Amino acid sequence: MSKQKLVVIGNGMVGHHYLESLVESGFAEQYEITVFCEEPRLAYDRVHLSAYFDGSSADDLAMGTPALYDSWGLNVLIGEKAVEIDRKNKTVTATNGDVLNYDKLVLSTGSYPFVPPVPGHERENCLVYRTIEDLEAIEAAAKGSKVGVVVGGGLLGLEAAKALRDLGLETHVVEFAPRLMAVQLDEDGGQLLRNKIEGLGVKVHTNKNTQLIDEGETAKHCMNFADGKKLETDLILFSAGIRPQDELARQSGLEIGERGGIVVNNHCQTSDENIYAIGECALWNNRIFGLVAPGYTMAKTAVSHMLGGTEEFTGADMSTKLKLLGVDVGSIGDAHGMTPGAISYKYSDDNTASYKRIIVSEDKKTLIGAVLVGDCEQYDTLLQYALNGIELPEHPESLILPALDGSSAPALGPDALPDTATICSCLNVTKGQICCSIDDGATDVGMVKDATKAASGCGGCAALVKSVVDCELEKRGVEVNTDICEHFPHTREEIYHIIRVEGIRSFHELIGKHGKGLGCDICKPAVGNMLASCWNEHIMDEKHVSLQDTNDTFMANMQKNGTYSIVPRIAGGEITPDKLIVLGQVAKKYNLYTKITGGQRVDLFGAQLHELPLIWEELIAAGFETGHAYGKSLRTVKSCVGSTWCRYGVKDSAGTAINLENRYKGLRSPHKIKFAVSGCTRECAEAQSKDIGVIATENGWNLYVCGNGGMKPRHADLFATDLDDETLIKYIDRVLMFYIKTGDRLQRTSVWMDNLEGGLDYLRDVVINDTLGIAEELEKQMAHVVDTYECEWKATLNDEEKLKRFRTFVNEDGGDPQIVNIIERDQIRPA
Amino acid sequence: MNTATKLDWKTLCSQNDLVPFSGVAAKLDEAQIALFYLPGEEESLFAVCNHDPVSSANVIARGLIGDVNGEPVVASPLYKQHYALKSGLCLEDESLQLRTFPVRINGDHVEVLNA
Ligand code: SRM
Ligand SMILES: Cc1cc2nc3c(=O)[nH]c(=O)nc-3n(C[C@H](O)[C@H](O)[C@H](O)COP(=O)(O)OP(=O)(O)OC[C@H]3O[C@@H](n4cnc5c(N)ncnc54)[C@H](O)[C@@H]3O)c2cc1C
Ligand code: SF4
Ligand code: FES
Repeated sequence: MSKQKLVVIGNGMVGHHYLESLVESGFAEQYEITVFCEEPRLAYDRVHLSAYFDGSSADDLAMGTPALYDSWGLNVLIGEKAVEIDRKNKTVTATNGDVLNYDKLVLSTGSYPFVPPVPGHERENCLVYRTIEDLEAIEAAAKGSKVGVVVGGGLLGLEAAKALRDLGLETHVVEFAPRLMAVQLDEDGGQLLRNKIEGLGVKVHTNKNTQLIDEGETAKHCMNFADGKKLETDLILFSAGIRPQDELARQSGLEIGERGGIVVNNHCQTSDENIYAIGECALWNNRIFGLVAPGYTMAKTAVSHMLGGTEEFTGADMSTKLKLLGVDVGSIGDAHGMTPGAISYKYSDDNTASYKRIIVSEDKKTLIGAVLVGDCEQYDTLLQYALNGIELPEHPESLILPALDGSSAPALGPDALPDTATICSCLNVTKGQICCSIDDGATDVGMVKDATKAASGCGGCAALVKSVVDCELEKRGVEVNTDICEHFPHTREEIYHIIRVEGIRSFHELIGKHGKGLGCDICKPAVGNMLASCWNEHIMDEKHVSLQDTNDTFMANMQKNGTYSIVPRIAGGEITPDKLIVLGQVAKKYNLYTKITGGQRVDLFGAQLHELPLIWEELIAAGFETGHAYGKSLRTVKSCVGSTWCRYGVKDSAGTAINLENRYKGLRSPHKIKFAVSGCTRECAEAQSKDIGVIATENGWNLYVCGNGGMKPRHADLFATDLDDETLIKYIDRVLMFYIKTGDRLQRTSVWMDNLEGGLDYLRDVVINDTLGIAEELEKQMAHVVDTYECEWKATLNDEEKLKRFRTFVNEDGGDPQIVNIIERDQIRPA
Repeated sequence: MNTATKLDWKTLCSQNDLVPFSGVAAKLDEAQIALFYLPGEEESLFAVCNHDPVSSANVIARGLIGDVNGEPVVASPLYKQHYALKSGLCLEDESLQLRTFPVRINGDHVEVLNA
């Protein structure tokens, strides 16, 4: 049987999700699939498009790669637009004239930005905000500009305004309606949002109807409004709404809505049963859905229908929660209270600059809408009430009123949610599905996320997912044992706390007071490590020496034949010729294998235990220090050459890397920590794959946190932008000490972040806004570590007792005769 | 029937060569012995073969000491298998066993019985 031919036109977010769902269904192989992708790259995450301005690259935003599509067996025509559909002969024509047959056709052509037909709108630097190319054009245009105007004060317009402001322009928002976000907010909410945004230096002009754009006097353009006022600007960004991309459908005679959009039924079929339309181009029940989640549901529906399934698209919830220019905004359901008989409650607080309104049904039993500005804490709870029709408490207003007597507002426990409650709306995951994944064996949040994909979209639901998972595990009597090991009935975090609070200085004391037995290879190194983080005493002090794994004990990494490697610190990867020569000489003298490491330094392999002090004596005499390659501690701060040599560098990345490495060297932490500093956005130091990444910008440093290479790579998150040197250090101090305080044993910062309730926003709150009030303490703790740093090897060489440990045999000089090397590529290696 | 006098106790090192709650290696002719010292415990001195059967390297003396359900063990520093100090048996793989030696402190001397 020859395969059915499936053609997909449009490879945006929804088109991609369609393909992904089809592949996941396991039936993709029944089709010969061709995808038209008009843009010069495969689908990318348009929702996070603005991250492009924060330093994310097109690759970071990419949703699929050519290799992935290849492995799915798809034929993708990148940069190729479909120009004609012939429904009679079932063919699609490409720009290059090729004609393809189809049995089934999927239209996922999305939408395009609406540009009001104001005379002058086609002038230079009049742009839109939809694709990566648009952003490149905006970036280029902003270079020669001082003032920028966004036309449109909706969600997207405000996001665009942030981008212009961040590009350093004097930014204005011009809105036709009397208020911002007219669709989602009521008047009071819109007004508060406006105040807040103006407080951030963005000028807002409402009730403005642009009639003409012509030559400016002080700037490139002059915008002329209907009320006679004018505004001069160098750059204009239109964000006045979207229009469904339905051109092909029109041309081929499919049914189109009055105001555009390809008409579809509950199966996402168009008026031609062999053609589906999904995403922003589709018109269902006379509505266009301009959000990604409904598009994903449509994609799944179309896949299901094509394969004979029964899923239907029956509309979607358009509630939104966002941070716009740093202001929390939430809108749920009928935000304007248009439902007949609806009752509304408002609470507005000038002091904290927040506004909350709920709209409830006539019988006060169900929540039908809400508006939140300035404080979105109750969003999740309110949304669950609205989506699931959960009966409201007797006094619905209690949901938004502040807790006066200390009792907090009645939060909706995860237990109260029905199984049908949607927990993650991006990926459409219900509480029931989460429960199923737990019944199928998932035992923690990470496994549930892997199984259900919950929280892998906007991430807004992460906290809710965690509380549902915790609650369900508890209900099933799964005792999540988080004890570090059999010797301590405590987690790592608790032990850390005990050590700090009780001022405990030795393992002996700790296990005597809080544990039992001798300890083991899990708790001993972990405690040794925490003692070092807290008190920074020498790891080979008598009371600590038995705690460490061999690597820490002998301050070198054991290799497979029992010999050790030696990695001196080469801060930032910078080394003088003289020091390089010493490394060569020492390696030659002790017959060590040498290799340049992935961390920009040199590793010397093959030393026996008794040789370590001899080798270090020579290295220290030449000015080297230990590189802590053995410790759960700072490894390297990788650098690029930066502005001192590189023609693109905007700051001295090497100098900063060296400073950072010298500051944090010796810091013991739950797992190893790696940094990198790049001198410009070309990012030659790969900072975004490090625990702490620093990238120079024209205005300072961008700080990235919690990246990882290794087994499960994770891109670092952009934490803060344009920092000066001092703030950079302050934030890094706090982030690292908070990690040391709360991280689990052997948990890299990446996994720590993925498990941190509240995620990146929470970390920002703790570090930047000091919501826990511990910032000063964290800095003090770091200062102690920095001030008490000493090279462990140097201290060891000055201590006869410690040196006694470095004997291969206690009753014989010399080494282990059973260690045999052979020569390969002119150097030794274990036989 | 008095064979006790024939027992061949050999001195390996002095007591202060031992490191509390940790191990050291000593040579016994061509063989290598790992000595572990747990002062204050009921049985405080153990001697096992220094050879790690998994990696074939002589590294057992450099392993970490601990207990599993009260049973004193050493964890191999390379691949982390646990060996009971009393019996030499590997907890993860019963086909593995470290040779054990009778050991005692005699005056200031640490002695093993070379059987
Ligand atoms: C020497 C080196 C490889 C080389 O020849 O280049 C190396 C060697 C080892 N790595 Fe590595 N890693 C080395 C760079 C890296 C890098 C690259 C980097 O740092 O830029 C990575 C990925 C980046 C990252 O960590 O995010 C890396 C990811 C790992 C991992 C996986 C960590 C993870 O989070 O998944 C381990 C295993 C672990 O730590 O549990 C590991 C562990 C090890 C150990 C310690 C394994 C062991 O226990 O014996 C290796 C012994 C080092 C030694 O004997 O000195 N090594 N390792 C590199 C030393 C860099 C340095 O100068 O300190
Ligand atoms: C800056 C920004 C922020 C956003 N923020 C959010 C948010 O926070 N939350 C949210 O839910 N949504 C958000 N959205 C909306 C979201 O991005 C869209 O809902 C989603 O991308 C729609 O997906 P789609 O596949 O239908 O359309 P698109 O992603 O637009 O994809 C359509 C693709 O089809 C291609 N195409 C069109 N015609 C043809 C043809 N004839 N031949 C070949 N290819 C063709 C187009 O070039 C395009 O690549 C945001 C959008 C933008 C621009
Ligand atoms: S990151 Fe920038 S400054 Fe550093 S080497 Fe690369 S191009 Fe030069
Ligand atoms: S709601 Fe967006 S990821 Fe779950």
